Amino acid sequence: MIATPAQIEQGTSHDEKNYLNVSSGFASWAFTLDHKRIGIMYLVGIAVSLLLGGIFALLVRLHLWYPAGGMFDAKTYNEIFTLHGAIMVFLFIIPSVPASLGNFFLPIMLGAKDVAFPRMNLASFYLWVIGAIFFVSAMLISGLDTGWTFYTPYSVETSTAPVVCATMGVFILGFSSIFTGLNFVVTVNTMRPPGMTWFRMPLFLWSLYATGIIQLLATPVLGITVLLLGLEATLHIGIFDPKYNGDPVLFQHFFWFYSHPAVYIMILPAMGVVSELLPVYCRKHIFGYKFIALSSVAIALLGFLVWGHHMFVSSQSALTAVIFSGLTFSVAIPSGIKVFNWLATMYKGNLYLTTGMCYVLSFLFLFTIGGLTGLHLGSLATDVALHDTYFVVAHFHYVMMGGSLIAFIAALFHWWPKMFGKMYNETWGRISALLVFVGFNLTFFPQFLLGSLGMPRRYASYEGREGFPVSETMLQQFTALHRVSTTGAMILGVGLFIAAGTLIAALYYGRRAPRNPWGGATLEWTCQSPPIHHNFHETPTVGDPYIYANLEWDPDLEGYKPLPPASPTPAHEQEPVG
Amino acid sequence: MIGSQLFSDSMHLPTLPLAGFWFGDSATATAENVDKVFGIITWICIAFFVLVVGMMIVFIVKYRARPGHVEQPSPSHNNALEIIWSVIPILLVALIFFLGFNGFMDMRTPPADSYDIQVIASKWNFTFQYPNGASSPVLHVPPDRPVRLVQQSADVIHSLFIPAFRIKQDCVPGRYTYQWFTAHTPGEYDLFCAEYCGLDHSNMNSYVKVHESEAAFQEALAELSKPPVWGPDWGEKLWREKGCKTCHSNDGSAIVGGGPTWKDLWDKEETMADGSKVTVDHDYILESIRKPQAKIVGGYQGVNMTAYPESLVKPAEVDAIIAYIQYLSDAYDGPTKEEAEAAAAAAEEGGEATDGGGSEAAADDQPAADEASESSESTDEEPAAPEAGEEE
Repeated sequence: MIATPAQIEQGTSHDEKNYLNVSSGFASWAFTLDHKRIGIMYLVGIAVSLLLGGIFALLVRLHLWYPAGGMFDAKTYNEIFTLHGAIMVFLFIIPSVPASLGNFFLPIMLGAKDVAFPRMNLASFYLWVIGAIFFVSAMLISGLDTGWTFYTPYSVETSTAPVVCATMGVFILGFSSIFTGLNFVVTVNTMRPPGMTWFRMPLFLWSLYATGIIQLLATPVLGITVLLLGLEATLHIGIFDPKYNGDPVLFQHFFWFYSHPAVYIMILPAMGVVSELLPVYCRKHIFGYKFIALSSVAIALLGFLVWGHHMFVSSQSALTAVIFSGLTFSVAIPSGIKVFNWLATMYKGNLYLTTGMCYVLSFLFLFTIGGLTGLHLGSLATDVALHDTYFVVAHFHYVMMGGSLIAFIAALFHWWPKMFGKMYNETWGRISALLVFVGFNLTFFPQFLLGSLGMPRRYASYEGREGFPVSETMLQQFTALHRVSTTGAMILGVGLFIAAGTLIAALYYGRRAPRNPWGGATLEWTCQSPPIHHNFHETPTVGDPYIYANLEWDPDLEGYKPLPPASPTPAHEQEPVG
Repeated sequence: MIGSQLFSDSMHLPTLPLAGFWFGDSATATAENVDKVFGIITWICIAFFVLVVGMMIVFIVKYRARPGHVEQPSPSHNNALEIIWSVIPILLVALIFFLGFNGFMDMRTPPADSYDIQVIASKWNFTFQYPNGASSPVLHVPPDRPVRLVQQSADVIHSLFIPAFRIKQDCVPGRYTYQWFTAHTPGEYDLFCAEYCGLDHSNMNSYVKVHESEAAFQEALAELSKPPVWGPDWGEKLWREKGCKTCHSNDGSAIVGGGPTWKDLWDKEETMADGSKVTVDHDYILESIRKPQAKIVGGYQGVNMTAYPESLVKPAEVDAIIAYIQYLSDAYDGPTKEEAEAAAAAAEEGGEATDGGGSEAAADDQPAADEASESSESTDEEPAAPEAGEEE
């Protein structure tokens, strides 16, 4: 990245109006077309969703302290785990990184002034708000207890009205997701400034691009599915319910045709975050740029071909199961490529253990476990034993939470100074990372054991029913492991609250952030902190986004600044040097 | 098969560290094979985990930023490396796929001579029906003999999961599904419903009893085919075993998400959801079992009781349930327990005189005990004390 003299000059002036104070008042936010403000509004909504979903998670864990279930009756417990899953999946993880940080940083990192369709971007946010309100209130008022998967015929038989309302909520949320995805794909295709070739794009953008493709192609299937579900529930046409000659397994095919690619909507942006943060904190050029970039696309495409692995024991044919198992293993390869390239990036680097880096290292540890345990579940014989047990719960929490949520927090710490112009307290940030890491492993590792020992998912109690007690050995193992898990969840909860507190405290007490506190070479670090309304005064010059040799630490700024332009060599031809 | 032989014979894999920590009992050859595949995969995982996290830790220690340390130049791409770390994992996942595939095909291919047991899953109970017509909420199986479970569901999707056998298969309404096993170690093993099925999902558990011998199994089956002779006792047993108990109390208490209590229900005038009045009599109880949605008592509209067709509750069993409800309402006027037992004993004597006692007595043919006069006509009857506590 080579900064123009104009940009360097601006590095010293802090007084220009930024996107936060350029205008004020409710209407200036409610009707804003600025991608940054929309990103911030999304961030607030997503944070509230995370808080809600997290509280329900802690309630679930507390309840399972006792084998008989300590806090709620079975009905309430079923509602609570449904709320936890549905809020976390539809309201938190799917929009988390793309809609908040993606919205904020995609145009800036690309060198554009905004996304391609700013009005559609705002519409996407309002659809999200309406969908979220619809969805959560439907669930709270009616006591929806189907789990986030809405499997038929239970979902159509037991609670028609709430299912129709909640799936309408999902339908609306789906459009919000499609709008965001469409916007990202078109922006990346059409709004790259001169010099920003495909292979000079930061890897975060590659991952958002791949995510956008999945959102565009998969989400309509979710829309179709919930429409069919609604039609069946109201008009009793036979699609999924055997009572009307429908096929309940067809629903699972429809559902997972969306929801499996959705897993990659959740994890790809997180992988993009790691690819972005790791080289900055290691002061090393990312290793294997093209492989990481193309592996995102490979994951996006292969992700469409593996949905049947959720259904190995659902009564789909053995042949189908075998084909899906084979395809499932193919996704392991591009994911593995990413991990190895990240490791190679650390080699011979100069590793700064900032809070962002601590969370990235956490991600590498947890995602490795999450990914590897996917092998047990992709393998047919072992999946038959492990399906619908806590092993699966542990696996997807390691990937979704240990992967997506941890990367989301890493990204927040990394970009917080840019977004709000304030530095956070590094000590408290690191404490939060440590607590989250320890708490996370204590919470979810025991769940692998619970699952391999045979504890099924979605159980409100695990002592068995009257006359049919669960065997003594199992009960003791289950109780002990559940208690370790619950203890871990409390530590994890404390860690997350400290992380949130550290970030919020920074807004009030943090010192002013320099332009480039970490020495990043992507375009957002050439902007003012926080960025001005139009991001750039002039179209930025684009080079290799992972070369750090042209930046030097300036103790006065407490940040990095570009070396004087006297430094020669065009960036894109330059190999990284010490 | 090939895979399991390959790996059991030619490779001596060290057992998984803390094997007892990962697995519970294993009582079938299938379970042992699954554990073996699990072990191989876990070893591969441990190797990769140690590699990745080990390198990560070494790099953190070695290359951490500290005074005097700077990043060293090194290449940022290397095609040979990329190929190595693509191809090695491809080979390993191909191996894992092959092992899983082999085990799975074995799990999905029951031997031709399997002994079939019907499984009917309903909210929130498994009913196991044996070839001789007996049924029970506990899965009784003979040792060392392939057993095939022929599964169906009466309402929503359930999943029959036996951790000690490492097998699981959904019970799907509108179609049959199958799984099989050969249990080699006698004992009792937990059995769970693994697919979320609503309110009492977590109480839809039972156990498998693997008998000591074929003879012991046959004896248990013979016992099972004889219900308690006294109507109210039989009804009470059905109430516990058919899943009635989850939603209908017998002591007047209300059950959240359930239906009306059976205590003092007989002859009661109930107000239906549509305002009409119905007196609880034989017909109403029969209809409520066969077509629960036909007349719903006011206040219970949200409850979706499963319909119990004759395959699940036989006509004589309906009689027994009626007798039990009458008994709970102090309105039972059939023979007393002593009379019923005496009648059954008499029937047994008569039966032994004419017939050695084949075990084909289908429960349909078995008269309800409160119709003691008919009972004496049955040739297959054998005396039995009420066996209400047997399953416990």
